[in-house]
Amino acid sequence: MAETNNNQYVAKDFKSDQEVRWCPGCGDHGILASLQKTMAELDIPKEKYVFVSGIGCSSRLPYYMNTYGFHGIHGRAAAIATGIKIANPELMVWEMTGDGDALAIGGNHFIHAIRRNIDIKIILFNNEIYGLTKGQYSPTSKKGLVTKTSPYGTIEESFKIGELTIGAHGRFFARTVDYNLQLSNEVYKEAAKFHGTAVVEVIQNCVIFNDGAFDAFTSKETRDDNTIVLHHGQPMIFGKNRDKGIILVNLKLKVVRLGEGGITEKDLLVHDAHEPNPGIHYRLAGMTYPDYPVAMGVIRAINDQTYDGAMLEQHVRVQAASEIKSVDDLLMSGSTWKVK
Amino acid sequence: MGNRSKVIERDTVVIRFSGDSGDGMQLTGTLFSNTSALFGHDISTFPDYPAEIRAPQGTVGGVSGFQVHIGHKLINTPGDFTDVLVAMNPAAVRANARWLKTGSTIIYDSDNFTEKHILRAGYKSDPFAEDKLDSMNLIGAPITSMVKEALKDMEIDPKTVLRTKNMFALGMVYWLFDSKLKYTEDFIEEKFGKKPLVAEANSKVLRAGYYYAETIEALTPSYHVSPAPIAKGTYRNINGNQATAWGFLAAAEKAGLKLFIGTYPITPATGILEELALRKDLGVKSLQAEDEIAGICTAIGASFTGRLAVTSTSGPGLALKSEGLNLAVMTELPLVVIDVQRGGPSTGLPTKTEQSDLWQALYGRNGESPVPVLAAGTPSDCFTFAFQAAKIAIEFMTPVILLTDSYLANGSETWKIPSMKDMPSIKVPYAIKTDTEYLPYERDTKNLARTWAIPGTPGLEHRIGGLEKTIKGSVSYTPENHEYMVRMRDEKVERIVTEVPDLEVTGKKKGDMLVIGWGSTYGHIYTAVTELQEEGYKVSAAHFNYIRPLPKNTSQVFSGFGKLVVCELNTGQFANYLRMKQQKYTYHQYNRLQGLPFTVGEIKDYCKKLLEGK
Repeated sequence: MAETNNNQYVAKDFKSDQEVRWCPGCGDHGILASLQKTMAELDIPKEKYVFVSGIGCSSRLPYYMNTYGFHGIHGRAAAIATGIKIANPELMVWEMTGDGDALAIGGNHFIHAIRRNIDIKIILFNNEIYGLTKGQYSPTSKKGLVTKTSPYGTIEESFKIGELTIGAHGRFFARTVDYNLQLSNEVYKEAAKFHGTAVVEVIQNCVIFNDGAFDAFTSKETRDDNTIVLHHGQPMIFGKNRDKGIILVNLKLKVVRLGEGGITEKDLLVHDAHEPNPGIHYRLAGMTYPDYPVAMGVIRAINDQTYDGAMLEQHVRVQAASEIKSVDDLLMSGSTWKVK
Repeated sequence: MGNRSKVIERDTVVIRFSGDSGDGMQLTGTLFSNTSALFGHDISTFPDYPAEIRAPQGTVGGVSGFQVHIGHKLINTPGDFTDVLVAMNPAAVRANARWLKTGSTIIYDSDNFTEKHILRAGYKSDPFAEDKLDSMNLIGAPITSMVKEALKDMEIDPKTVLRTKNMFALGMVYWLFDSKLKYTEDFIEEKFGKKPLVAEANSKVLRAGYYYAETIEALTPSYHVSPAPIAKGTYRNINGNQATAWGFLAAAEKAGLKLFIGTYPITPATGILEELALRKDLGVKSLQAEDEIAGICTAIGASFTGRLAVTSTSGPGLALKSEGLNLAVMTELPLVVIDVQRGGPSTGLPTKTEQSDLWQALYGRNGESPVPVLAAGTPSDCFTFAFQAAKIAIEFMTPVILLTDSYLANGSETWKIPSMKDMPSIKVPYAIKTDTEYLPYERDTKNLARTWAIPGTPGLEHRIGGLEKTIKGSVSYTPENHEYMVRMRDEKVERIVTEVPDLEVTGKKKGDMLVIGWGSTYGHIYTAVTELQEEGYKVSAAHFNYIRPLPKNTSQVFSGFGKLVVCELNTGQFANYLRMKQQKYTYHQYNRLQGLPFTVGEIKDYCKKLLEGK
């Protein structure tokens, strides 16, 4: 997938004729725009894309993409996407899902798709709330959040998507923000290039039921100081004035100021997205505000054999060795006898 | 082949091998069946085993049995009652006592009839006296000690020695039936090829059993069953799960599609996945999914990309798949769901047979959800109906449910191997790119199927899903559109009737009674009715393989008879379905719910009583 675009697409080519029905100001509009822009820039014929989804606000996205699309049932997008990719590995499969869809009702399919390393791109819209059912808490809602179904605050721990992904043997995890079009474009392209299950958590603001949940690190005023954009091979520096960094002390990440206590850029961690050992990636993915800056960009990207690829190899091997080439051959194989 | 003082010539004989679930009875029965089939007998088999892999030893609950019916005439059931019982312990006698014919032969391992085993089986001291089996032809053979003796010079561990006991019993039975040992010896060589000592031990014990039977006078009379008058052709043994798997392979090849199976292991359906997982040589993509739901959802994904997709399950799994099934109803994608029924509800009787998922198949989903339902009648029939289910699914763009059950899945019979060139063609309704916009829900005017636009094809990009759509594929909550689409989906399934062959009648088209069945009860009902006819009763049989839609001549067939009796292994699900679909008739019911197939005798008794007004 080269950077040059032989298909000469523009973002508009990926807009379907369906009216977009998300609430005005919803982060989903930003995600849709970034994806359409990304698709136009990838060197892949439009008919090779399949957008698959489950249920929820996120899952309406396939209707708005002028590609092949399949709007599934609640929680099952990963399973449907798995079937599509295995059945036809030539297709590029993008799964659109949300925190309720992928992590509550669909948690099982989510972890197993990752474990198997099916070559699908999972774009997980995380707004930490149930939107389409009008404001109940989700598996990523912060503990204590008051919602319609937790009027006295939730009493359960939340999932951190990156930790769950890496814990399920995930090879690719990245994070971006709905309206950060440049970062999103960069991250979606990396996911597209990756062979295997690519999980992208998109921090997505629900303007109706959880508005401002992420302002502390996504607003123009806060984002430079409260997030860190990771790039492979580069030192972990962040802050409006590029004066903060991350080091490792006693196996724990620590935020430091450059210049304080003799700390220089050389002391900082250098991001290695390709390190198979998940230790640092797990810690980076788990960083939460206000203790840490929230990590953005590609946190982990490990090349490994995909399930669909391994299956093709097995087919080639078995077919070369087997004497059964047709159903007639099969029916006549083993113990048979003739009656004359 | 030795001295045979008395040989009984028989048309059919029923043999049951029975022991602890670790005694190798399933293998012993299978080897005997295959040997008989190769000799030219018609056969029908019925494995009957507990859900536990190694149930408590010596208890009735842990008894595993394998019954085989061999015949010089054509065989349609595994037989009601046994002529020969092989009992490896007292529990096996207890479990089978009520299934023995008068004058049966019981071969038993006398070494296992110790006080401990006798008590554990629930007897006080003398199993044969307590179950009134004294008058049977009892042949106690010290199998355990004979096996130890036969292998005493070989350097193998005691566990392996004891594992060969089933071969000793099998050897005895082979002598009893004057059978050849070659098939079993070849099997042993292939199975234990890498362990020559184990292979040698098994062969040695097999022959030891054979010669022991020859030596002891007690084993007379022996049986002789001549080969059956079977039509010309090439034959093999096949069980229902294997036949189902192969039927899908045949349909895929005929349609020019690749086969995909996404499924989750569940008794008694797992054999279908195991069989298809082997067939990578024929391009089958098989996925053992994380659960039943993922099984059907991966299959739906595969179907969306233009594969023949199937998912296999049993009753509890069908419940989990119902939402996915409805997604296939709504998206109108071809998909076959095989429900290998077992005793329910809930986990129920996992290894036992029942026909109690009929209503679940017909109605167990939200909304108006029309799904064609087919049911296979015999183990080899599963091939035909798997093929037919796939053909209907593809040509009508619809999910189809195929019902088989534990009895068919594990039971086997001789099968005349078909040739692929004789199988019906399957026409795939591919969408073709034209100058106008592609409309996903535009229908064929005749059979109402939509077309299949395969991802990867330029110009046919479209979106479908679980929300109600217009013909164009746009989401729509318009009242008129919903009603229109509901009625279209229903009408499409009704039009499948053009593919359904007329209901056939076994016997005369008019009479005092029609015995109606569906699915796996075919053999028992057929045998019962033909025997009643031979006894002079004006009784016929009609058997349904197509449940939805019903054959178009159903009412015409029913109208020729005084009484209609519906026999099924549930509380009357098909009878009640007929009461709704064919309202002008009165239906009598004969129902059993014991996790076992019918017996021919009980069907006959019920019919006679009803005919005689008792």
